[in-house]
Amino acid sequence: MADKLVADKHVRYILMAEKKKESFESVVMDHLRMNGAYWGLTTLDLLEKLGSVPQDEIVSWVMSCQHESGGFAGNTGHDPHVLYTLSAVQILALFDKLNILDVGKVSSYIAKLQNEDGSFSGDMWGEVDTRFSYIAICCLSILKCLDKINVGKAVGYIVSCKNLDGGFGCTPGAESHAGQIFCCVGALAITGNLHRVDKDLLGWWLCERQVECGGLNGRPEKLPDVCYSWWVLSSLIMIDRVHWIDKAKLVKFILDCQDLDNGGISDRPDDAVDIFHTYFGVAGLSLLEYPGVKPVDPAYALPVDVINRILLTK
Amino acid sequence: MHGRPRKASEPGEDADSAAKAVKLRSLQSQFMSNHHGKIYTKVAIELSTELLKINPEAYTAWNYRKLAVEDNLSRIESDPDLVKSILDEELSVVESALMQNFKSYGAWHHRKWVLSKGHSSIGNELKLLDKFQKKDSRNFHAWNYRRFVVELTNRSKQDELQYTEDMICKNFSNYSAWHNRSVLVSSLLANRADGFMPNEKIPEELDFVHNAIFTEPGDQSGWFYHLWLLDQTVDVETPLLASSWPSHGCSIILSGPGCLNDSSSKFTTFCSESGSFPLIIYFDQAVGGVSSSTVTIDSELKGNEDLVWEPVSGKNSQVSCGWVTRMKYFSSEPIVRKEYKVKVRVGNSPGIISSRGGCNFSAPCEFFFTAHVHDAAVKDSEESIVSWTDEFDIWDAQSEDLNSFVSLGRLNAEMDLNWRQEALAKEVELFRQLSDSKIGKLTLARLLMASEAMASDDTVKGAHYEEILQLYNDLMALDSSHYQYYKDMHSVAFLHKVTSSTESLSRYLFRYRNMNNLVCLRLNNLSLSRIASVEKLLFVQMLDLSHNELHSTEGLEAMQLLTCLNLSHNRIRSFSALDSLRHVKQLRVLDVSHNHIGKHSVDTTRYLCSSPLSNSEWTQDEVGRQKPSLVTKYWDAYFVLRDMSLKQLDVAGNVIAGDEFNSFVLQVMPKLVWLDGQKLRT
Ligand SMILES: [Zn+2]
Repeated sequence: MADKLVADKHVRYILMAEKKKESFESVVMDHLRMNGAYWGLTTLDLLEKLGSVPQDEIVSWVMSCQHESGGFAGNTGHDPHVLYTLSAVQILALFDKLNILDVGKVSSYIAKLQNEDGSFSGDMWGEVDTRFSYIAICCLSILKCLDKINVGKAVGYIVSCKNLDGGFGCTPGAESHAGQIFCCVGALAITGNLHRVDKDLLGWWLCERQVECGGLNGRPEKLPDVCYSWWVLSSLIMIDRVHWIDKAKLVKFILDCQDLDNGGISDRPDDAVDIFHTYFGVAGLSLLEYPGVKPVDPAYALPVDVINRILLTK
Repeated sequence: MHGRPRKASEPGEDADSAAKAVKLRSLQSQFMSNHHGKIYTKVAIELSTELLKINPEAYTAWNYRKLAVEDNLSRIESDPDLVKSILDEELSVVESALMQNFKSYGAWHHRKWVLSKGHSSIGNELKLLDKFQKKDSRNFHAWNYRRFVVELTNRSKQDELQYTEDMICKNFSNYSAWHNRSVLVSSLLANRADGFMPNEKIPEELDFVHNAIFTEPGDQSGWFYHLWLLDQTVDVETPLLASSWPSHGCSIILSGPGCLNDSSSKFTTFCSESGSFPLIIYFDQAVGGVSSSTVTIDSELKGNEDLVWEPVSGKNSQVSCGWVTRMKYFSSEPIVRKEYKVKVRVGNSPGIISSRGGCNFSAPCEFFFTAHVHDAAVKDSEESIVSWTDEFDIWDAQSEDLNSFVSLGRLNAEMDLNWRQEALAKEVELFRQLSDSKIGKLTLARLLMASEAMASDDTVKGAHYEEILQLYNDLMALDSSHYQYYKDMHSVAFLHKVTSSTESLSRYLFRYRNMNNLVCLRLNNLSLSRIASVEKLLFVQMLDLSHNELHSTEGLEAMQLLTCLNLSHNRIRSFSALDSLRHVKQLRVLDVSHNHIGKHSVDTTRYLCSSPLSNSEWTQDEVGRQKPSLVTKYWDAYFVLRDMSLKQLDVAGNVIAGDEFNSFVLQVMPKLVWLDGQKLRT
């Protein structure tokens, strides 16, 4: 049982993770190192420790993952995909280094992936998913070139994925899932279209994700998991219904998922920690106004000061 | 990483893991060199097979295989056997990858991609899926793939509906199956398929879902399906006009800015410097297509030929329950007192369309009112302070005039009410038996609210509110984790009760003597956490919501007549929570003192307001150019306040208030006269 956030240990865990490159687990994750870097670095920034990483080295590695098409790969040598393009842009935003990007090239890569019906493919192979709609919209908004896509059609497609329970799925007719709901609500928030959400219906579905122990699950009758602290909470915040859950109980659940000895946060108490859940745990605590954690933006998934710096200044 | 126990590694395990890592690393680097060298030989392809068996998430390897397939297909011309064997090989690689990792997006997509190449063995796909769905009946990848195959093979919706029924009968705790059922049933209902008329099918489905809910009330699988059916029972697809301001048959007085001398009039007096007044129509559901051709106006008031209608929440939203247009009543020549009849016809030509089912507003309806236009004002009251303590006259509850303000909801006579009322009555009776459980109480409260909305007999109207309020009180105690949800619903029910009759409403109505006898509604000190029933309050000009638990003004944008608003002692956390007030063009007096503005690091209305964060268009003004850092710091106050024309503002008692903030406010709102009770100019 933990009663507080062991922030120093989490910072050390993140900085160490980089050095354990040769374990099987990290080789399996090799192809999504860009996501891993975003999770780790954002966590560090939320804990005010971004200064402890070699910024120039990371930035040049990020740029080495850029493909000639403009998109970014999950790691050097891999193929480009929007999943990693967003992480790359987010990392550069954290370091206030967006100016080194060829914005025209990156935004063209994303804009070309929009389909006739408004949806987005993840890469040239045509997998369609509302996750990619969110990524495209989030990324282009950070780069201030949403005008490169048809926003109206993009929004129309997202709304066509709305279900009768108020949630959203990855394609029209697909079941609601908290991760997918975050993507759709986030994209609607960024484009100023939250009035297309049935806030009370979705809010009830989302607040019923809180289970007895205080944790949140991602779909009805599933186990709670720290990563849903982010997806459910950020969605509830964006639609202004976060007061419908018991925040204190959720804080306790997240704290209980910490590895108090070696740092890091896991999906459920006493499971193995990883960088993904460490990020979602800390970001969740930020949304819960936990002291000592910087506020995070619920739609862009970056610290509020980073997003305000980019979007509120001309 | 999910569901892996945290433990110290056993001896030998590290070495084991390291050896596996070395093997995988070497496979990966060989694969990369094949990929970059565009080598698609048999050996090279097999290497990628091996890699994907160990790591189905290696997305670049799936991409490589697609390139290899295309390369190989281009060499063999069109030998159907060869094509089939190449594609079969891909399907089997996918299958073994899925055995290893059920949730691999890359593997599922690869399968779809292979099928899109024209593979003939689509018939096998449903069999394969049955195998997967037996193992994990909630896997959403499998369900998505199922919908994809069903569409590709043109399998009938009825057959798929039977499949969901089989799955549910095996185990009703399968939300995925209930979800798919809702998709199928709603599509069959919308197409009026054989046996899917709402009046027959919805009661049938209600019976079907009862089994699940009554067997295990704590299991959520059936909850949302039941709520959807309830909505289908209550919601009518064709939109109805719920209310308007001015309301049917009423008289209003229109004048220039300032005060009229004879303010004893029982009519609503509306003063404006712009010489126009808002005409508001409110529908029972969000609609689009309100325009000067779908709503026609017949009056002698000049200059109102091509009126522009806008949603009350601003022109960015395409659909809305409330719509407003501004009618001119002053032309260049001075007018001596005159009376005008105004006739409004809603649904004159087709085009008002529901956002719900795309249905047309079908029954055109008409209302009229009388406008008395007065000469410009006599007494100037612009600079005086509005007080929330004195100068209120109690409403004469006996007076007839209230009826002319309040237009209570009307039900469409054409609507098929019978089966709906019957179904509701049956549900109420049934759920009373479940009223010791959370879902039983909540459903009962919702059913009773629906019964109120559906009641066609005036004598039974309002009979259920006490019970509903009690149910929500019980729920707050029973399920404290969701306390605020029930609290909000309690507020909604309470406001429905208040507005359910002119008699109950009149208890909260006053006249503000100091300013043209403004119609004032005082809903202070009621522990309200939520605003509701605004469509019945369109006539209110002064609203006291002080000493409640509100954290947002969402909904107030419909009250276009509001001139004075008191929100002091509530739980407003930021100026963005007041965004809806930007659309209330008449608002001059706002009290948000003693709230929580500036106290919290998380702003829950950050994206519900119009700002660069939600990519709304904005132009920089003088303040933005001169004080960029203050604009970033107080961005919500900046974007919300600069669109308001307030004369009087109270912000004291908030964390944000202070010299720096107050002087920023003065720059953003140069026309402000009173700030925190202090007169700014003489
Ligand atoms: Zn998780």
